[in-house]
Amino acid sequence: MSNDKLQNRGTVIAIIMVVLIFIYILRLFSLQILEDKYKKGAASNAFLNKTIFPPRGLIYDRNDTLLVYNKPAYDIVFINREIQNLDTNSFCNDLNISKSDFDERMKEVKNRDKNPSYSSLTPQIFMTQLEIQDVAAIQQSMYKYSGFYIQTRTLREYRYTAGGHVLGSIGEVTPSILEKDDYYNPGDYTGRDGLEYTYEKDLRGEKGMEILLRDARGRIKGKYENGAKDVAPKAGTDLRTTIDIKLQILGEKLLAGKVGSAVAIEPNTGEILAMVSNPTFDPSILVGRQRSANYYKLINDPLKPLYNRSTQATYSPGSTFKSFQALVGLELGGITPSTKFLCSGRGSSPIRCSHSHGSSITLLNAIEQSCNPYFWHTFRQTVEKTGYGHKNENFKKSYDAWRDLTMDFGFGHRFDDTDIYQQSAGNIPSSEFFSKMYGETGWRALTIRSLSIGQGEITVTPLQLANATAVVANKGYYITPHLNKSDSMLTHRHELPIDKEYFDIVDEGMWRVNEFGTARRYKIPGIVVCGKTGTVENNRGKDHAFFIGYAPRENPKIAIAVVVENAGFGSTWAAPIASFMMEQYLLKSISREAEVEEYSKRVTNPNAKKY
Amino acid sequence: MRRNISIKYSLDWTVVGIYLFLVVFGWLNIYGASYDFDQSSIFDFNNRAGKQFVWVLTAFGLAGVILLLDSRLYNYFAYVFYALVILLLIATIFLATDVKGSRSWLVFGPVSFQPAELAKTATALALARFMGAYNFRIKGWKDLIPLGIIVFIPFILIVLQKETGSALVFLAFTLMFYREGMNGIVLLLGVLAVILFVLSIGFSEVVIQENSGTLGMVLAMFVILIIQYVYAFFFSNHKREASWLLLGVIAIAGISYLLNIWLPIDYDYVAIGTVFASAVYWLVVSRLKHFKGYAAIFWISLCSILFCYSADYLFENVLEPHQQKRIKVLLNMEQDLRGAGYNVNQSKIAIGSGGLFGKGYLNGTQTKLKYVPEQDTDFIFCTVGEEWGFVGSSVLILIYMWLLLRILQIANRQNNTFNRVYGYCVASVFFFHLMINIGMVIGLMPVIGIPLPFLSYGGSSLWSFTLMLFILLRLDAARKM
Repeated sequence: MSNDKLQNRGTVIAIIMVVLIFIYILRLFSLQILEDKYKKGAASNAFLNKTIFPPRGLIYDRNDTLLVYNKPAYDIVFINREIQNLDTNSFCNDLNISKSDFDERMKEVKNRDKNPSYSSLTPQIFMTQLEIQDVAAIQQSMYKYSGFYIQTRTLREYRYTAGGHVLGSIGEVTPSILEKDDYYNPGDYTGRDGLEYTYEKDLRGEKGMEILLRDARGRIKGKYENGAKDVAPKAGTDLRTTIDIKLQILGEKLLAGKVGSAVAIEPNTGEILAMVSNPTFDPSILVGRQRSANYYKLINDPLKPLYNRSTQATYSPGSTFKSFQALVGLELGGITPSTKFLCSGRGSSPIRCSHSHGSSITLLNAIEQSCNPYFWHTFRQTVEKTGYGHKNENFKKSYDAWRDLTMDFGFGHRFDDTDIYQQSAGNIPSSEFFSKMYGETGWRALTIRSLSIGQGEITVTPLQLANATAVVANKGYYITPHLNKSDSMLTHRHELPIDKEYFDIVDEGMWRVNEFGTARRYKIPGIVVCGKTGTVENNRGKDHAFFIGYAPRENPKIAIAVVVENAGFGSTWAAPIASFMMEQYLLKSISREAEVEEYSKRVTNPNAKKY
Repeated sequence: MRRNISIKYSLDWTVVGIYLFLVVFGWLNIYGASYDFDQSSIFDFNNRAGKQFVWVLTAFGLAGVILLLDSRLYNYFAYVFYALVILLLIATIFLATDVKGSRSWLVFGPVSFQPAELAKTATALALARFMGAYNFRIKGWKDLIPLGIIVFIPFILIVLQKETGSALVFLAFTLMFYREGMNGIVLLLGVLAVILFVLSIGFSEVVIQENSGTLGMVLAMFVILIIQYVYAFFFSNHKREASWLLLGVIAIAGISYLLNIWLPIDYDYVAIGTVFASAVYWLVVSRLKHFKGYAAIFWISLCSILFCYSADYLFENVLEPHQQKRIKVLLNMEQDLRGAGYNVNQSKIAIGSGGLFGKGYLNGTQTKLKYVPEQDTDFIFCTVGEEWGFVGSSVLILIYMWLLLRILQIANRQNNTFNRVYGYCVASVFFFHLMINIGMVIGLMPVIGIPLPFLSYGGSSLWSFTLMLFILLRLDAARKM
């Protein structure tokens, strides 16, 4: 048959079939074995990884009074790919926003410049931090808006309006935080300042994950492997602060209407009992959707209520500095406990005395009467002890010794080993600074005489001042000031190389200040207080009022520094605040309530309000 | 009684076994594909697995009936059957209700039926009958004309039903024509046409230089030049002539490239001009050397130029927009993962996520969660790929290959042309379905909605494939009786 000739064509057809089929098998091999992207594609299709946010750690005060806790908040999130036939009008109605708000927000989310991690496949935040009443309407009709979801998380709630600066606030993560820490996803919250920032890693806990199965239309079809692969969230650790909330509240009350700050420290532990800065704000206004509007208001107030004056503002400490200068002078041999100097009162040169007292004057009296000439002589003899020497060398060496010892009190540098958010270093000028300013040999004790009375280039923060006061209270050491009660900082003990007997003298002097001197009007019934006032001229109106002090004299439990800007005398403006606060802390109550009320109503700056 | 006993012994049980395996495996996978989290029984007649169970049982019944009938009936009634089916196809155009844009389904109460499926069997029988005539043999083009008409009538009727995919199946018969004596060049020209089409469409949007032609046309012309050269140099041994041509082409390419520095040239026309010139050159050579092969080369080149030149036009004006999209997606010219590319992308994801051994029966997440549309009908293979993995899906393909080779073996052992032609028709149609369906699912073919034989859900296709296969088995059994 002729078909036999064509028989081999059957073989050709069979070969074509076999070859093509093997090409297909190769293709399957590459799809199923070689390439990885389809497996990933399947996972991103079918698995919806739903984050479960852990409750954030609570914050307590030193007496275990609850300060900060959580309340539920709701985010509206969407997955763009899943949005289908959205009835925008009814959606906007339910959320009580306008159509243009909607469009704008959508545009914002999809803008990859502003939102670099945008993807149409992953949940994106549409609106955040809604309260229960805001979502009540939309919750019922959520089924209509495919692609949109409600995500629950928590917001901060505050029991007291006090302590905003200390506690800090939480806000949405910024792109730079996102880059640094891959724990966060866009839209997550993180501590932005204060303790919320410092203890973010403890407070936040660990996010959990629920793996859900999602079908092609975005409907959730249950848990993957019945939740076997889910990760439970870990609640954040609670934080116990060193703050005494009652003391803090009192401090804020007393500073109302004034610009200034007060810092109280427990001397033998370094625990910060109160850290008041005014003007201030109620921390709850920086929560939720009002946060950005309020933040904007705060940042635009010329008195800078967000600025924590206790740790960030720097002032010349004025006469309060004399207590520390006495110690430095004694230790470095500038004076002895029995050294007397002459004082010509207002006629003194080169520094006038602002108080009238007898002459010559002893150290104890000089502290009591805040005699400027005495401390000028002390300073001069300290830095000129070995003369000026060749090229000012001896003088500079003596000055450096003076500076080092002054800085040992905690001045002129930040506390590095602490949990306090945002400190200023202040300044105790270096000899290099003066050499640069006046030339190597161009400066002498006289040139820098203002330093002797805590003025001139010297600047300190109220925190540093309180800490240095604690040094005097402790008679020779301080524990780095801190805010976490659970973290004993006793190993962070800084011993000062100053003879203990010198502290007894300064202690005596500061007792006299409160007994007979400038602060005598504010005695606390039953408590012996040591203190020192300061009244510091400045170029912005009235003098700044200062007070430092500690109590009780034996075994002090509180050391305090108070600054009231542009108020007047330290004795009239700063001393009472310290006195009331010490009483509150030591006696747990106030006997002079009328005085407290009267004082807190005094206003030095009508713009200094609490937000 | 005697006949029944003999059928038992003469039946090709291998094919029957493969058939049973495929049908049952298909039914299980249809259950897998339509299986939801609120699971229902595989016998629940409200879902597709339950319905398929009915189709499977009736298909077995149909197979039994076919085996019981006299084998001579198929030859005898081939034309009648063909004519009836043609009438049915015509009627369908007018009677059919619109199902997803296609007018190919006749609905009888709860059951709907697609006559186009029957047309394959009817056409195969008609071709076998025509070619089995005592004095018929394919000797030249003229003999192909009546065969072409037999194929073309159902083809065009099905196109009119907007079932282009089912209509394309009729192209499979060319494989059988080749076996029966059609010049093999036709198949090669078909392959060439596909290559030129892919090149000129696939690269039609790649511009070589601003306003100076597309890469597609230049590549297509390059392919034609290579064919000319290889034919002359290796097959006809006119090495001198071929070398001259090569030199000329290089010269033209160089000159046009240099010229382009001063005045912009459209490379498309340079390429077309070059190919045309060389085609004419071969025509001259063919006259001088009295070598007819080059005349063929001339005509092929000329047709290719026309084909490439009009490919864009054909693509944009003859194909429907959705068909254009499917081709563009296949050629990677468009992603469109939410639109035309969605099916294929999702089916690749489903198959790709299966890995070596698959996720296990009823454990495929992509199929369970309905990511792949049509996953129990045209895209059933991706359920197999996801749940049974590379091992399962390639074993399935190998089983199909076994079936195909077995059918070819059966066809070859027939001692009459009718049976053999019919056998090759069955093999060709099955092969075409297999290649197009699996090719589409794994992204090697454009999306053409035709079912995977025996696996896809649907009564019409299962019946029609069963009919086709068991007529062959009946014919084969008769041979031994």
